[in-house]
Amino acid sequence: MMSRLRSREFWTPAMITGAALLAALILIAVIAPLTMTQAAEQLTPNAALGPSAEHWLGTDDFGRDLLARALVATRLTLLMTAGAAAVSVVSGVVIGLAIWLSGRRVREVALRILETAVAYPSLIFALVIAAVLEPGVSSAVIAIGIAGIPGFARITANLASSVSSSEYVVTARLLGVSPVRIAARHMLPNMAEPLLILSATVFALSLVEISALSFIGLGVQSPQYDFGRLLNDSLGALYTQPVEAVGPSVMIALTGLSVMLIGDALAAHADPRAKRSFFRRVLQRNRTITVPAGDTALVRAENLRISIPGGPQLVKGITLAINPGEVVALVGESGSGKSLTAMAIAGLPSEDLAVEADLLRVGEMNMLAAPDQSRLARDISIVYQDPGTTFNPSLRMGSQLTEVLRTHLGLGGTKARKAIIDALTSVNITEPAHRLRQHPHELSGGMRQRAMIAASIVTSPKLIVADEPTTALDVTVQAEVLRQFRRIHREQGTAMLFISHDLAVVEALCDTILVMKSGEIVERLTSAQLAARDVHHPYTKALLAAIPTLELGPVPATAGVATP
Amino acid sequence: MTSSIAVEASRTPGVAAGGAGGRFIRHPWVGFSLRRLGGLLLSFVVLTVVTFLIVPLIPGDPAVIAAGDGASPAQIANVRAELGLDLPMLTQFLNYVSGILRLDMGTSFVSGERVSTLIFTRFPFTAEIALLAIVLVLLISVPLGMAVAILTRGGRNKWLDHGFNFLTSLIYSIPQYVVGTLLVVVFAVTLRWLPAAGAATLNSLVLPTAALMLGPVCVISRIVRRETAVVLDKDYVRTARGWRLSALRTNARYVLPNLVTTTLTLSGLILAAQLGGAVVIETVFAWPGLGQGIVNAILQRDYPVIRGIILVLGLLATLIIILVDLILAIIDPRNLGATSNDV
Repeated sequence: MMSRLRSREFWTPAMITGAALLAALILIAVIAPLTMTQAAEQLTPNAALGPSAEHWLGTDDFGRDLLARALVATRLTLLMTAGAAAVSVVSGVVIGLAIWLSGRRVREVALRILETAVAYPSLIFALVIAAVLEPGVSSAVIAIGIAGIPGFARITANLASSVSSSEYVVTARLLGVSPVRIAARHMLPNMAEPLLILSATVFALSLVEISALSFIGLGVQSPQYDFGRLLNDSLGALYTQPVEAVGPSVMIALTGLSVMLIGDALAAHADPRAKRSFFRRVLQRNRTITVPAGDTALVRAENLRISIPGGPQLVKGITLAINPGEVVALVGESGSGKSLTAMAIAGLPSEDLAVEADLLRVGEMNMLAAPDQSRLARDISIVYQDPGTTFNPSLRMGSQLTEVLRTHLGLGGTKARKAIIDALTSVNITEPAHRLRQHPHELSGGMRQRAMIAASIVTSPKLIVADEPTTALDVTVQAEVLRQFRRIHREQGTAMLFISHDLAVVEALCDTILVMKSGEIVERLTSAQLAARDVHHPYTKALLAAIPTLELGPVPATAGVATP
Repeated sequence: MTSSIAVEASRTPGVAAGGAGGRFIRHPWVGFSLRRLGGLLLSFVVLTVVTFLIVPLIPGDPAVIAAGDGASPAQIANVRAELGLDLPMLTQFLNYVSGILRLDMGTSFVSGERVSTLIFTRFPFTAEIALLAIVLVLLISVPLGMAVAILTRGGRNKWLDHGFNFLTSLIYSIPQYVVGTLLVVVFAVTLRWLPAAGAATLNSLVLPTAALMLGPVCVISRIVRRETAVVLDKDYVRTARGWRLSALRTNARYVLPNLVTTTLTLSGLILAAQLGGAVVIETVFAWPGLGQGIVNAILQRDYPVIRGIILVLGLLATLIIILVDLILAIIDPRNLGATSNDV
């Protein structure tokens, strides 16, 4: 935390503004009561004056300077807010940790109660306490402080349960360290950052609610005054002296803003999403390329380079070609650039990367330009790695699987349904018509992946790009999915670009194997060479050595074999 | 403001819904209904106990405090009898519970009106501004949050990113009652376009609703923006792009439906919190709802009314949360909390 305070990233404009505002407010809270109490509280005959050089915000009905009153009230408001926030945070952390430390039964009941309490408006909860106690400074602090406890306790308990499953806590527990000590020494420090961010929120919340209590007359009582009390006083004089509302309004807003800015800046600092920088890719104008006679390749990439703008090159000028009907494998470990290459060829490179090449075409489509979307959708199909996340959880399978047919091939609902049912049947999915009415979560992983494959062949594409389509599946399901790819290739002669980190997977399927390492192709093999283990590059040898044995049986003659 | 801590709390997974009962309950809706009914019953019991305790917990002699300053011994005795404070605690509690079950929560010390009548007259006013505000909030903040997320995705349009963050922080840090006061100063006192107080005409609705919704618009549009950013990074959005769907189709079918759950869950909490906001706002605008009723009752130490309104507001908050759960379950059956045949 300390080292971060010095880093430049930490001091964003929002953080500087927030911290400066808060510092100024604290300074006012210290100084104003010492120097301005006289002007703020002395009754004078200059009642209800408008703003002037002497009284910047005018005076109230008793001739007291309104600016001075707003500034002097800062001390009481900040002290009350800090007090209430401290009650919420400290009790919340203690209760939250206690819940985590207690047994499973107690924990579940306690969390259930907190869940209910969190949903309950805390201001009304504070009203209950205000109804019991005499209104005043301390009862307002107690009421708002207690009202804030359930939320903070619940968050602490949740944070604690996520931190407690981390390795060092598990280790400490195995070593017999006492739970209280684990909580204090190991867990609290690791929860400090989110708890600090939330404390800022609690402070802002307490400010609003304490001021609200005073504002409706149930908090600070005359002759004491805080921001809320001043705003309440101004309500009576709204028609005669509207300027009276300005001082307390501005002070409440500024205090809230300073804490919000600090909280936001802390939260943004903890969120990596905020740090991305955008880069606008320059697209070429010509959407199609005239393929020279004699170039029969379906896909041709020459000197393809992919890099982080202003950063390292991830793919370092690779050249490859895929002939119609050819199955090409890109093999390598994660980070070798194989997926980047495949996605650039498919025309879906990640948006924050720069893609350059001497030539990058699929058929006649110039993939360095923006080719016609319908043609792209028809000619190139993509099968992704994790079937658990590639489908939209809130739409039925049928409506997703027929998207391309309806959007780009102009098929009506019935025709599209029939086409996809045929495709689903061909990849051995049982009860296809029923599956179309189901949501993705109702299908198994293997079934979802075969459905994805069905969707990829239903447009009769020229090229299927499969990005580690079997990695997320268990071994028996892998074999079935690979069998489907082989069958599609045999029956339809579709060209494929098959990405994998596993040589065994590609061995049975691919004609050409390209081995990638650190953004370069280090070896090109035919399937025959691979089968004969005729490899030369040490990296390829290392990959081969890592192969677990996987037997691929023949495609079953009859359809209808369902995977578990 | 009230909402943000609840928002944070709800983001993290809590107790797994369901529990041991789920095993032998076959139909998911049965389990769902039983759990929600159980939750409602639990809130009712807790609220009954809490509202009952308001009086015995008063430090000193509750009858003296409740009768107010300068009350005669006869008045104090009257209050003591009215609240049943001379009876044993258990009898007091049983009388209180049976009263509630008969919808008889006693009579107001101040007006002599039956508490239930008073609640029935005041309730529609609070419901009116709270519901109007939440509908408008959703209509504004969902498109706004989505638009900002899409325009700033992947680090695009940094100025919009910073501007949106700053402006929503600024507006959000002004409490609703300050917004309300400033709205009155500008539109009622200075411009004289709209009435400052009361509930006489349809125009009277404008300022309270506006004051109530400005803050939630900021929070919810920020939530929607953050959730949209999360959804835009999902694999299924990449799938939709792989199918080369248009931006409109992708956002309408692959982004929007996946925001609904979080947005509605959080909006439910925020709507429940609106009940707290309404209490304060009603004071600014002299709006004759439950909020104004409870504030007056506390100031006048009118305990039967305090108990009644707190009980009703609490039940309302619970009902709102259950209603949101119900809507979510209808939209997406996965929210029923029962395990499906997911492998």
